Amino acid sequence: MKHDIVERKIGLMGVLVILVISIGGLVEIVPLFFSSQVRDPAPGIEPYSAIELVGRDIYIREGCYGCHSQMIRPFRSETERYGHYSLAGESVYDRPFQFGSKRTGPDLARVGGRYADEWHRVHLMNPRDVVPESNMPGYPWLADREVNPRATVERMQALRALGHPYTDEQISTAEKDVSGKTEMQALIAYLQGLGTNLQARR
Amino acid sequence: MSSFWSWYIIVLTVVSIIASVWLMSSNSKGSPGEIDTTGHKWDEDLEEYNNPLPRWWLYLFYITVVFSVAYLVLYPGLGSFAGTSNWTQVEQYNAQMSQAEAKYADFYARFRDMEIPAIAADEAAMRAAGNIFGNNCAQCHGSDGRGAVGFPNLTDDSWQWGGSEDAILTTLRNGRNGIMPAQAAVLGSDEAVEEVVAYVRSLSGLEASADKAQAGQQRFATACAACHGPDGKGNPMLGAPNLTDDTWIYGSSPADIRYAIVNGRANQMPAQLDYLGEDRLRLMAAYVMSLSGKTGD
Repeated sequence: MKHDIVERKIGLMGVLVILVISIGGLVEIVPLFFSSQVRDPAPGIEPYSAIELVGRDIYIREGCYGCHSQMIRPFRSETERYGHYSLAGESVYDRPFQFGSKRTGPDLARVGGRYADEWHRVHLMNPRDVVPESNMPGYPWLADREVNPRATVERMQALRALGHPYTDEQISTAEKDVSGKTEMQALIAYLQGLGTNLQARR
Repeated sequence: MSSFWSWYIIVLTVVSIIASVWLMSSNSKGSPGEIDTTGHKWDEDLEEYNNPLPRWWLYLFYITVVFSVAYLVLYPGLGSFAGTSNWTQVEQYNAQMSQAEAKYADFYARFRDMEIPAIAADEAAMRAAGNIFGNNCAQCHGSDGRGAVGFPNLTDDSWQWGGSEDAILTTLRNGRNGIMPAQAAVLGSDEAVEEVVAYVRSLSGLEASADKAQAGQQRFATACAACHGPDGKGNPMLGAPNLTDDTWIYGSSPADIRYAIVNGRANQMPAQLDYLGEDRLRLMAAYVMSLSGKTGD
């Protein structure tokens, strides 16, 4: 093919550019949409409870993913520190997943249960109160803000429409479950649940 | 992976590689030195050379093609074709783990039958334990073991849950769940709370109004003595701190003490057995004892 033709016909060039760019995605991403390993939950993995779901949204809102990954790679150096490597089936109820790509702070994929609730509270208010070397910012406002219960129900309904198996009961009690809770409590509930559902954690 | 998706990947990948080679070779005609122009002309006489790519650059491209083909033959990539080297990520991981297991098994085996104080005296064991401490314990107890507000200092001689070998091993293995219930309702009034605050401060010789402290003594006996003991010396079985020494997990100011009485305190030490395993856990018990300058009871 002569370059001339491509350079003169901008529409043709556009089509070819799209074709070339999409090959990578067509090969690497599209087949995964049909892979049960990626679509089906790993044993023990359940959708987030109402309070965890709220906490997860706060995690995203505050940009925690900017410094914390949630993806333990299958290397001994990682599993020694963080626990069993992450499985695809653990992220099926994460929309979007929080794998992250940067570790200014440690990986959080299995932080659940590692520390006390009280530790998380103190640490989120001012990380240096417990870890003097830390350069993580404090998030004290989370303790003053209350969760919006109505919005939580709507989020759960939206996720159910996308295929998350929430029961009617879970959705009807969601408003009660989260009302009066602070954003701090919700975020801690989310963190304390991270990675704890998989059977083999070590 | 179903065979449809396998073939889908194989066909797209192979076609892409062939198409890139064709595209590159069909556009790199002409030999260096020969002057060719693109045929564009600006401002009457401004023309553009159409020189072929330098050869070395072109060959780099063909090398990447050779690399990709070799890779796809050796490693999994082409659909469900596993590659001739039989490499898998899980096997690589398992190999890493068993290699480490083989390397460290002897090291840990050496301490399995050793007494905790003897482990604490072993330099190599304490070096390993220091690393484990940094990863698992330092977040709460500090990298130097001196703790933080709410998280006990391990370098002093005061132990919330007991400082004996067994107590420390139990703490590490099963964790601890420390709960001080809120006493505001029991005491009834702000005044009563203030009196107890004064008494608690007086127990360890801190400045407090003598009148209030005296009034607080009676209230302490009904509300606090069950856990902290009639003399305020605490009870390691319940994790109730000794109030007569100068170690304060949550601070000794009247405000800190008042907060504890009014709202209670709740904190946990997470169980470490699942994270560490018994071998390393014993090393950690020895390390914790060495932090406080102890070599066993």
